[in-house]
Amino acid sequence: MASWPILSVITFLPLVGALFCMVVQGPKEAVDRNCRSAALITSLVTFLVSLLLWVHFDPTKAGFQFEEKVAWIPALNIGYHMGIDGISLFFVLLSTLLTPICVLASWDAVQTRVKEYMVAFLVLETFLVGLFCALDLALFYVFFEGVLIPMFLIIGVWGGKRRVYAAFKFFLYTFLGSVLMLLAIIAIYWQAGTSDLPTVMEKMQLSFQWQFWLWLAFFASFAVKVPMWPVHTWLPDAHVEAPTAGSVILAGVLLKMGGYGFIRFSVTLFPEATQYFAPLIFGLSVVAVIYTSLVALVQEDMKKLIAYSSVAHMGLVTIGIYIMNMQGVQGSIFQMLSHGIVSAALFLCVGVVYDRMHTREIDAYGGLVHRMPRYAFVFMFFTLASIGLPGLSGFVGEFLVLLGAFKANTWVAFGAATGLILGAAYALWLYRKIIFGELTKASLKAILDMNRREVAVFLPLVLLTLWMGIYPNSFLDPMAPAVDKLIGDYNAAIKLAHTASLR
Amino acid sequence: MSMDMVGLEHWSLARPELFLAVATALLLLYGVLRGEAATSFVAIASSVGLIITAVLLFVPYREGTAFAQLFITDRLTTTMKALVLISAAVAILMSRSFFEQAKAWRFEYPLIVSLGTLGMMLMISANDLMSLYVGFELQSLALYVIAAFQRDSVRSTEAGIKYFVLGSVASGMLLFGASLIYGFCGSTAFVQISQALLAGKAAEIGTTIGLVFVVAGLAFKIAAVPFHMWTPDVYEGAPTPVTAFFAVATKIAGVSLLVSVLMGPFKPLFPQWQQIIVVAAVLSMGWGAFAALRQPNIKRLMAYSSIGNVGYVLLGVAAGSERGIQSVVFYLAIYMVMTLGTFAIILLMKRRNVMVENISDLAGLGRSHPMLALSMLVMMFSLAGIPPLAGFWGKLYVFMAAVEARLFWPAVLGLLASVVASYYYLRIVKVMYFDESTEAIDPTAFGMNRTVAFVSALLLTLFSLLPQPLSALAAAAAKGLFP
Repeated sequence: MASWPILSVITFLPLVGALFCMVVQGPKEAVDRNCRSAALITSLVTFLVSLLLWVHFDPTKAGFQFEEKVAWIPALNIGYHMGIDGISLFFVLLSTLLTPICVLASWDAVQTRVKEYMVAFLVLETFLVGLFCALDLALFYVFFEGVLIPMFLIIGVWGGKRRVYAAFKFFLYTFLGSVLMLLAIIAIYWQAGTSDLPTVMEKMQLSFQWQFWLWLAFFASFAVKVPMWPVHTWLPDAHVEAPTAGSVILAGVLLKMGGYGFIRFSVTLFPEATQYFAPLIFGLSVVAVIYTSLVALVQEDMKKLIAYSSVAHMGLVTIGIYIMNMQGVQGSIFQMLSHGIVSAALFLCVGVVYDRMHTREIDAYGGLVHRMPRYAFVFMFFTLASIGLPGLSGFVGEFLVLLGAFKANTWVAFGAATGLILGAAYALWLYRKIIFGELTKASLKAILDMNRREVAVFLPLVLLTLWMGIYPNSFLDPMAPAVDKLIGDYNAAIKLAHTASLR
Repeated sequence: MSMDMVGLEHWSLARPELFLAVATALLLLYGVLRGEAATSFVAIASSVGLIITAVLLFVPYREGTAFAQLFITDRLTTTMKALVLISAAVAILMSRSFFEQAKAWRFEYPLIVSLGTLGMMLMISANDLMSLYVGFELQSLALYVIAAFQRDSVRSTEAGIKYFVLGSVASGMLLFGASLIYGFCGSTAFVQISQALLAGKAAEIGTTIGLVFVVAGLAFKIAAVPFHMWTPDVYEGAPTPVTAFFAVATKIAGVSLLVSVLMGPFKPLFPQWQQIIVVAAVLSMGWGAFAALRQPNIKRLMAYSSIGNVGYVLLGVAAGSERGIQSVVFYLAIYMVMTLGTFAIILLMKRRNVMVENISDLAGLGRSHPMLALSMLVMMFSLAGIPPLAGFWGKLYVFMAAVEARLFWPAVLGLLASVVASYYYLRIVKVMYFDESTEAIDPTAFGMNRTVAFVSALLLTLFSLLPQPLSALAAAAAKGLFP
């Protein structure tokens, strides 16, 4: 294993690029060009370095690897503790993969304040990677909350018409959820005397009463981030108004912060409350899956439709997590990774036509297959991946979650499966309206197919979707020991609580 | 006793105060002899004097009581004094361009600020209700004068009068409370009050009523709800550099005095005063958040913001624990940087060489003054308490103390208030970055205000890298009360 602090390097490398962008001076064209290149190079290098994680990762170990631990605020017993296990490994990779893609996707689309844009994305990457690596509650919160700053600016500065409203809604919603989590973190700190996650996991014994309230506080934060019905309303607004790359990173990584948080904190730290609240989660998730799928069916805005589909897909994720069996948890992690790539790709697909036509109205399109065969193929590919066609990534996650759900509760599985059927309906409907039919609209007559840069953006995503669909074991195997341990610890805690209550 | 009082031992404890008093007097003489021409020299010299005073606090560091227990220095008072001195020095340096433009650049200004600072230092070091009052009045009188310093401006004189009238009421309450306490405890010395209370010799109810009056007087100084009404008007009307001084130095001194009164002689009455402080804290946090939502004037906005911030500080005070006092010192230090930085930027807001102070005047700052806008952005997100900026750590520290003291509901309400307050901080960011400007503010020249703004922003940003020194300082300061 490498002896250098690899996680810190991956986390803070993007800041080097951001710093470079900030000090670059000169005429506007030159600055823009340099900033774009600097952002791309930094994020690519970061991605390459993060691949080393995968190479050196020991897939047989359940515990944390690549750990770094330094005292940060000794007076408060808060440490800078980084480390990843099989669960967080792929979230780190997802973040580092999507950032260069975002940079590439905004190459021509963003022409105003390019410098600030690139700085915002690089800073965002730092926070995202950091939060998936953080093993200290305070450190986690710093990264988790820090994400709001660049994202607020990305939506507000480079967004669409109602960007100000969307940016404020995004910020205030998630901030409100987060402060409650902060309170819970402080309460845990107070009980355990430290904010170091592994220590807390090992030592802390909480009464059910405490677990109850703390779980709710964490839930407030993560449910908004996921987002779960009924606190999902910020998401369609944020997605619609955000620039394409903003939507990509929002759907691709930001939503996963919630799911990851559930796995890393809620389930691990509060097993009894998790068991107690699981029916609530199932109820909300099934409602989310069915309701948002129905809502998606009547959307007129492409991005809004995909945003609602995200809520539905994430509903499946929350079901999987709270089922707490091997298939469920693995499936939901896999589903998050798959959704991270597929929904990101779908937003990029919208971006491709938006860059040309500057509208996201579904009615403004139709018959694109005649002019844009390459685009039609890519869009088809990701639509099917989103629906869950076997052989593509979406299938594996959905299948595992449904399998796990079926083992635990057939009704939940039934509800979730209904949502999937609806999912196929709206996704194919969208595809038919945009791609098929006669090319009658005059404005579309001269539309051009994807250029080389756009193909380069999609190519890695296509390959990855295939890989995940055909040989999911490359991803499932490294996470298996960690998930196994998670479920083992959970069952042990439940059993302990059970015997304690019998006594 | 008389021999004792003039002993060198006593004077050596008060060396910094002595130095500041003598330096100010000498500069006053110089100013009187040279007239207006001396202003710039006097300003720089008094800033330097304030900084030297701050250095004298630590080199060599001394602690103990002096002048028949009227005066005390320990880690806490020393730290608080240092914060006050730094903010006073910076406030003087920041004021030149403003007053020059207002044609009120007179040498009296830096000297009155220095005298006010001297009053604050005495206040912080008070160990007796008498010395407390003397320090309190010295700083109040100085502040009344500088609030009205721009004497051709109606708003400024109005602010001065308002501050004077309401401030006198507050002084009166303080004095009345002190007399009650003297009546019921039999002494004005902190040590003896404490002994009387511990021995059960003092009538508890009478003393509590007296304490309520004292707290009310101090709450007025630090602008805690329900004694905050003067704040928006005075902050808006007073010359901007004076507002900055009010927002920072006065608050630090007032809070410090409050801490030493409550945690010193009145520690035995902790359950009684805790309720009062909790209510004041929650109301301040709430009012500071809600009242500013639609505020168009940035100085008034900062007034509400300062009310809210005092609420968070009071939450730390209400914890009444060592951690609580640490959090107060920690928060105040960060608050000082955030507020001075913000006012430095407000002082740069000129259009066609006229000061403007509406939030909408910042429109398009992100394009016209990218670095300035970035600094303001850092300040605003820090005030809103978003990590990784320093303001977050201040809030975290305070809430940690509150949770440890089992003040759960105040903590929840405070956190919710911080979400509401974040709206108006974000609004400034929105105006700077999302809105198109109609007419940009004037280009800013390199100078003190820009330096203060950039340095503050840099400190707030990089704070997360090395939070240890400040937390160690806060821990050491709190040791003063918890030996």
